[in-house]
Amino acid sequence: MLPGSAAPAAGSGMFVPTQTVGTVLCCICGVSMQPNPANMCARCLRARVDITEGVPRHAAVVYCPDCASYLQPPRSWLRAGPESPELMQILLRRLNRPLARLRISLSGAEFVFSEPHSKRLRLKLRLRREVLHGVVLEQTHPVEFTVHDRLCDACARAQSNPDQWVAVVQLRQHVPHRRTFLYLEQLFLKHGQASLALRVASAPGGLDFFFSSRSHAARLVDFLTTVAPIRTQTAKQLVSHNTKSSVYNYKHTFSVEICPICREDLIALSPQVSRDLGGLGPLVLCIKVTNAIALLDPLTLRVHHLDEKKYRAYNFKAALTSKQLVEYIVLDIEHESPEITVDGSRYQLAYAQVARASDFGKNDTMFTVRTHLGHLLNPGDLVLGYDLYGANLNDDDMDTAMMRHSLPEVILVKKSYEKRPRTRRWKLKRLPVEEDGANKAKGEEEKRADEYEEFLRDLERNSEMRFQIDLYKDDDYRSEMASTIGDDIPSVPIEELIDDLSLGDDDEEEDGEDANAHAGMVS
Amino acid sequence: MATRIQFENNCEIGVFSKLTNAYCLVAIGGSENFYSAFEAELSDVIPVVKTSIGGTRIIGRLCVGNKNGLLLPHTTTDQELQHLRNCLPDQVVVQRIDERLSALGNCIACNDHVALTHPDLDKATEELIADVLGVEVFRQTIAGNILVGSYCAFTNRGGLVHPHTSIEDLDELSTLLQVPLVAGTVNRGSEVIAAGMTVNDWTAFCGSDTTATELSVIESVFKLREGQPAAIVDDMRKSLIDSYV
Repeated sequence: MLPGSAAPAAGSGMFVPTQTVGTVLCCICGVSMQPNPANMCARCLRARVDITEGVPRHAAVVYCPDCASYLQPPRSWLRAGPESPELMQILLRRLNRPLARLRISLSGAEFVFSEPHSKRLRLKLRLRREVLHGVVLEQTHPVEFTVHDRLCDACARAQSNPDQWVAVVQLRQHVPHRRTFLYLEQLFLKHGQASLALRVASAPGGLDFFFSSRSHAARLVDFLTTVAPIRTQTAKQLVSHNTKSSVYNYKHTFSVEICPICREDLIALSPQVSRDLGGLGPLVLCIKVTNAIALLDPLTLRVHHLDEKKYRAYNFKAALTSKQLVEYIVLDIEHESPEITVDGSRYQLAYAQVARASDFGKNDTMFTVRTHLGHLLNPGDLVLGYDLYGANLNDDDMDTAMMRHSLPEVILVKKSYEKRPRTRRWKLKRLPVEEDGANKAKGEEEKRADEYEEFLRDLERNSEMRFQIDLYKDDDYRSEMASTIGDDIPSVPIEELIDDLSLGDDDEEEDGEDANAHAGMVS
Repeated sequence: MATRIQFENNCEIGVFSKLTNAYCLVAIGGSENFYSAFEAELSDVIPVVKTSIGGTRIIGRLCVGNKNGLLLPHTTTDQELQHLRNCLPDQVVVQRIDERLSALGNCIACNDHVALTHPDLDKATEELIADVLGVEVFRQTIAGNILVGSYCAFTNRGGLVHPHTSIEDLDELSTLLQVPLVAGTVNRGSEVIAAGMTVNDWTAFCGSDTTATELSVIESVFKLREGQPAAIVDDMRKSLIDSYV
């Protein structure tokens, strides 16, 4: 159409007479047809013009049989299942360049069946191209891809040396118990942080995580920075060196040390530290350890959070740890002030008259102490606390504190419940940790079992800790008779449990929690 | 009968030649083949004149004429004008006109009785056309194109128009021109009819890309094929054979 010759629009109010298109003869075969830009009938066009001229009919693609991934040159390997959209994308990307050069556009592609072991992938493409002044032709075109097998770099390295690690994270905490590691293990399971580790080994004082790349190890260390107060040091060791390409291979080591202060530790602050923290009483209790340590002064109910760097500046140690807790019986309780909430937890100042469980009934030794657990305690309860009256401590700060201030004889820490071996309706998953056979001491197993039991009891008691980790419903749980269950022993409500997926007979059993979630979404 | 020729390996014959019932103009080509093709057909009947217009060889598109006269654009030089006046027979009036649209061959299509012109042609030019060529002038478009001189070719006996012309347009043009019209192509599907071929009442020349089908359409609509059986065998052989291997 030439400029200035556009037909008037139908709706513009002008009368446009109807235009019936006449028929013309195809210039090649003479058959009568509707005129088109080429003025040839479709059959002549298709016969004379082959738009797939120059489009490759064969191509090659490289496949790693170990990890079922395909090579995208020059270097990336992409995982794709057989006849999946990812595989289609990889194959079409191989054809992109020649198609674009010929100015052919792709309007469709589909897989043609080929035997899985034939090492051939067949695609049927629909190509579209403009020929002869404006006519667009579409034609199908089969392409066959030959699959070459080659191990990708990761698989080759794994196969040649399966235990080869490139980075290790050595996690240590210099305390005699392993509670922190039990808790961290659950955190790793919940957040999937240990999934990239080649293996996990236990070492005296901590755990070792081995990784195949430095970035995976760094990822674990970053995660640890957010959940625990840690100090990291890195080191690397040269393994090999390619002089021609100047590529250096290293083994990286991350030494991660967790701060030795744990929950329920009693700390005596030196006068200087006490002054720095704003006059926090010389005796403080550690109540929560996240990436900062929370210190509670039990007598004034003040909480102070101390982050890792500040802790390193003061570097105090715990005077008494939870192993040294002694059992007391509450004789009388007198509330001093109303219940308050500090930092998400409830406390209440009260005066309690307690006696050591070992003294009870034998002599009249009683202590009247101020405690922060007023909201929990009733006369007759069993409490665990630190016995400062009878303790023999090797701590300078404690001596200073004792001289300067009058310290209470007992610091009550937590309420104790009857130690009854009872089955629980929930269970925890464990990380597969390789035990260090050489360093085992006698009685280590029993100690570990006790610690684990204590950890589970802690979980029952502490809903905040439970929030951070995943608890699974134990299918083997048999509900005990009502009479044997104590009145206020804390237990985990069933709403918090996750159903463990298991293959086999009971995979119809849908997850209680997840089903609720689904229902929530649908409605 | 229709002949297939080429001008210097180009199939657009109508650009380089102008054929009417009284004379034939041919462009000056490198080799004499083009000229000899016309001469072989026409030399004993009408004069075949070699010329240029305004120094160019695209004479078919710059000038328009019939047996009564010839109109030239303002770019024609005086020598060319004189040369043409000398070579053409006296009854043919050769006139140079001043028109903004100087490619007269693209803007005007005519036979000995009727002319179709570009809708934007000057009134003065229209009168001159009516005067010099002795025709009735109609302003028209063909299949929505304003360059009527390019997209149709017609003689006193028939005409060929752009293939996308609708049936209503075809009827309207046919009524105006009083000749049978058909929509078709030339030079293997090219829509620019008048550039691909040149025709008069008894003979036609087409580009060598023209297929047998197109040639048969041309011969039938311009009534070039005589009814004698012997002539059919000889003439049809030329149009039936597409190309010589």
